[in-house]
Amino acid sequence: MDLVEAWDQGWVEVENGNNMNPPRQAAIKTLNSFKQTFPIIVGVLLLVALVITVIPKGVYPKIFTGNKVVDPLVGSTFGSIAAGSPLTSYIIGGELLNKGVSMIAITAFIISWVTVGIVQLPAESLMLGKKFAITRNIVSFITSVIVAILTVFVLGFL
Amino acid sequence: MIRKILNKIGAQWFFLTIMCVAYLIVGLVNFTIFENTILAFVGLFWKILPILPLIFGLILLSNLFLDPKRITKYLGRKAGFKGWFISIFGGILSTGPIYMWYPLLSDLKEKGMKNSFIATFLYNRAIKLPLMPMMIFYFGWPFTLVLTALMIIFSVTNGLIVEKLIKVRK
Repeated sequence: MDLVEAWDQGWVEVENGNNMNPPRQAAIKTLNSFKQTFPIIVGVLLLVALVITVIPKGVYPKIFTGNKVVDPLVGSTFGSIAAGSPLTSYIIGGELLNKGVSMIAITAFIISWVTVGIVQLPAESLMLGKKFAITRNIVSFITSVIVAILTVFVLGFL
Repeated sequence: MIRKILNKIGAQWFFLTIMCVAYLIVGLVNFTIFENTILAFVGLFWKILPILPLIFGLILLSNLFLDPKRITKYLGRKAGFKGWFISIFGGILSTGPIYMWYPLLSDLKEKGMKNSFIATFLYNRAIKLPLMPMMIFYFGWPFTLVLTALMIIFSVTNGLIVEKLIKVRK
């Protein structure tokens, strides 16, 4: 019996409630979780790599119009689509600040970069449920603009 | 047709297949972009590799020691302050990309973790303690402190709204 066969048989045993000791049960459950998750992780990595390559960092400063109402929404939208390390969002945010883009727009961009994940949405839907993933991302998008406005508002008093 | 394929190979393999087809198309259209994307993928994979054992180690521990009863007590409907505390600080202290935490959260959800706590955990992943010096360097101390405090407060708001909306949509 090969490893996969043993694993599958073990899982059937677990599902049927046969007498397996808890560590073995836990290990088989974890292996099954790995088996289910690994293709999703690889898929997300492929998607993130594609987005990083297709949307270069130099694109972001060009998307802001200077409009104080539209820019925070633009910031949140592009922060939601963008992928990669949050450090990149700080660096881009710093560059945008030097170019005169409003602080609210930059803050919305930084927040949505990490709280909203359009690229990760398929993986989030598969693992945590479609309804949860869509609701969470929409709510996070809206709160990214609210938190950005509040941050700049509070900073005005300091 | 798609439903049939999904039932046969599973949504996770279908998603991976779509991505592979997308790469194939990119490779045929522009080989330079394809090469750069593969390099970016390898770089990302290399970065998450050390986190993988941590995540699956935590899943193993949760399978060993956390039964649904215990999860319900700490992260379920009646968890109260304890649940908020665990999800806020768990989110802040967790490392690596957000999608690495989906398997563990999915496992905990199956065992009874509330949607509001999952949403709060994921929102707090935005607070990156190791990256704070960089944020301070670019935007200053006051900005970093105010933003962090507001993010923690709004993570709870976020969790409550998500929970409510999911219940309403049910």
